[in-house]
Amino acid sequence: MTTMDRLVGAGVDRIDGPAKVRGTAPYAYEQDPGEPIAHLAVVQSTVNRGRISRLDPSRAEALPGVLAVLTPANAPRLGKGLASDLPVLQSLDVHYQGQVVAAVVAETSEIAKAAVGAIAVGYDAEPPDVALSPDREDLYAPEKLMAGFATDSIIGDVDGALAAAVVSIDATYETPTQHHNPIEMHTSMARWDGDSLTLWDADQGPHNIVNDLVTGFGLDAGQVRVISPYVGGAFGSKAFTHPNQMLAAMAARVVGRTVVYELTRQQMFSLVGHRTPTIQRLRLGADPEGRLTAISHEVVEHTARIAEFAEQTATPTRVLYAAPHRRTTHRLARLDVPPPTIMRAPGETPGMFALESAMDELAVVLGLDPVELRIRNEPERDPERDLPWSTRNLVECLRTGAERFGWAGRDLRPGVRTEGRWLVGTGVASATYPTRRRKAQCRISVDGAGRYVVEIDGSDIGTGAWTALTQIAADALGTDMASVELRIGDSRLPFAGGAGGSTGLASWGTAIVFTARDLRKQLDEQHGGQPPAGGLSVDGELPGESPHAKTHSMHAYGAHFVEVRVDRDSGEVRVPRATSVYDAGTIVNAKTARSQLLGGFSMGVSMALHEGSVTDERYGHYVNHDLAEYHVATNADIGEIDISWLDVDDQLANPIGLKGIGEIGITGAAAAVANAYWHATRLRIRDLPITPDKYFRELGES
Amino acid sequence: MRITTTVNGTEHEVDDVWAGESLLYVLRERMGLPGSKNACEQGECGSCTVYLDGEPVCACLVAAGQAIGREVTTVEGLATEGELHPVQEAFVEAGAVQCGFCTPGLLVAAHDLLERVPDPSDLEIREALAGNLCRCTGYEKILDAVRLAAARQARP
Repeated sequence: MTTMDRLVGAGVDRIDGPAKVRGTAPYAYEQDPGEPIAHLAVVQSTVNRGRISRLDPSRAEALPGVLAVLTPANAPRLGKGLASDLPVLQSLDVHYQGQVVAAVVAETSEIAKAAVGAIAVGYDAEPPDVALSPDREDLYAPEKLMAGFATDSIIGDVDGALAAAVVSIDATYETPTQHHNPIEMHTSMARWDGDSLTLWDADQGPHNIVNDLVTGFGLDAGQVRVISPYVGGAFGSKAFTHPNQMLAAMAARVVGRTVVYELTRQQMFSLVGHRTPTIQRLRLGADPEGRLTAISHEVVEHTARIAEFAEQTATPTRVLYAAPHRRTTHRLARLDVPPPTIMRAPGETPGMFALESAMDELAVVLGLDPVELRIRNEPERDPERDLPWSTRNLVECLRTGAERFGWAGRDLRPGVRTEGRWLVGTGVASATYPTRRRKAQCRISVDGAGRYVVEIDGSDIGTGAWTALTQIAADALGTDMASVELRIGDSRLPFAGGAGGSTGLASWGTAIVFTARDLRKQLDEQHGGQPPAGGLSVDGELPGESPHAKTHSMHAYGAHFVEVRVDRDSGEVRVPRATSVYDAGTIVNAKTARSQLLGGFSMGVSMALHEGSVTDERYGHYVNHDLAEYHVATNADIGEIDISWLDVDDQLANPIGLKGIGEIGITGAAAAVANAYWHATRLRIRDLPITPDKYFRELGES
Repeated sequence: MRITTTVNGTEHEVDDVWAGESLLYVLRERMGLPGSKNACEQGECGSCTVYLDGEPVCACLVAAGQAIGREVTTVEGLATEGELHPVQEAFVEAGAVQCGFCTPGLLVAAHDLLERVPDPSDLEIREALAGNLCRCTGYEKILDAVRLAAARQARP
């Protein structure tokens, strides 16, 4: 553990906490633009593919309080070069159900929504093509996956090794479409002053949004300001620009005053992205002692007609276990669906469900403790990149977790423990997520009294960044938190990428550390160590990836241990307790970090038992598009969760030694639940979520 | 329609309210009280939970006209004279607040639970707060916060 610090590591209360519990923290909708606000509501396509044949806005236009109706016929033309579904209202073509085909601007949101109902739209439509299958003939290999990962990786003779393996498994796992559903709906409020645009927005990083507005409205970067100090959750859906930002800006320009667009909960299912469904075939071969000889992980997933999004689902399989022969592949089907996007640990979350379920199935065939199976396949180096690890403590996570959970002496046999009506079982799975960092710039100013202002366009979407960055800055400046004023969430601040990929603290925090070093050096060398009366301001930059990223493989790790109880009469599933142990490097704020890890793991339990957007293959829509029917875990669904972390750091990753915590918690969590479910019931559910009906489906088959 | 309602101890009067407006809409849009959050508009998430004559309700499901002549307490009314209520303090201290969007509704629901059941069991807490969805915390620290607030209120 690094000893550079006093505040890093402490469980400081979040500095945004008091405003949030008073209800006074201003989210995007609650910002004051300084003038009366007009409201926007949208008409959405009811077909998945086709062309608008009729669109009559006249009844809506005639309603009192309606300021404008925007349609493809009259909407301002947006600049060329916008990707995906950002060219809103630019064409009569329809590419997915829910696409915005008209927008109403009115004095109140109630009037706008009423006017939406007065707009009749006709379509020349073709039947929706929305069913994902590994047998489709139009599956294709994308050029690259998200984040620049290679589409396929092949080492050795996988098929030969599988054929020769003494022990093997071959199973297919499915994960459904999932929707992020942050509690705050996406909201954008736009105000124009001449040719300058201000957008108060719910996003994961203002700089992520600026470029699309620049392109769409033909502006200079200096003419656009995006502000988002408080964001009510995101999980990936708010990482990139969606139609809401474009619509608010477009409408504000048309009506000449501030316009706000707050999505409805139902619109969150079509306009701001989703996690692709996956179909994953896992084949593992091993020797009688459980040492893997071959790993094959073949992924089929979907993307949209108008945008390619290739989720990196099998990438964790490239790093987690040793095996001489290995293969990962990704194939896509282009369907009439809204554009998918990143959702908490894109790739690792569905991919680890399949890999870690398959490892459990292999342990069963071998008659081996699944913890021991994982330990036996611990690789000395990154098995595909052939690089040393920066730090890797997966085995210690497994051993520590087993001890905390009380794993020792576990009976390997499934379906033999009952307590009353409950069938009881336990399961384990590993967790992993890449450690990265990105370019970021920072400005630190100090006044004559020694008060610091730290400016960087970071983002706090609920993670704790407000607090953790202040801790990092105070340590780096050799002062206390009260002497540091942090400014984030505004594109006028020095550049930084958004919150995503668990890179926030690694990127923004490192930029702050570098800039603080420069400032202190200047103070020491030019001002005798004291701030000059007129103050001093220093700009600094973190260029990007760690210089060690090319020579070392960098990842966070973890191990989940879960108890599952299944009601033998109703199939109801409970998760009364779980233990997770993480190797996430330096923990900056013990309090906010614990919450992030708890939240990630719980979202994994939610994925395992509840979440799935159901596609109607006849009519092409998501049937359960609200929180009544898209179930997320409630308080009563979650049991005791014991979270801890190893006292380690990773100095090759960044000077703070952290690895990122936003996503590691969800990876592997669903597999741990499914594995425990098998141990409780003898039933292996390979298609999430594990709902009670599947208990009876499997009983019927077994 | 004219709405006269006592909110957080102060009488509010607003005119020209359309009969279809919800209490949540009137609180947020007409009374300048944005603490109660809109996150589903159909009573599923609990983010808009307020007291109506002492009963916790989803303000999105209450027609504004139903609040005429009655008393409403929102998250903005939990603190007294600027001092955080023990439930609010406990949420900050326990780490039960993350993005903060579910927090106002959860605070009212937790406040109500502790009014009715000063020393709730874990099961009682989980059931009482099961109507308030949180996507960030995994609920564990919300339990801690309610336990902490209960312990503090029990102290003489």
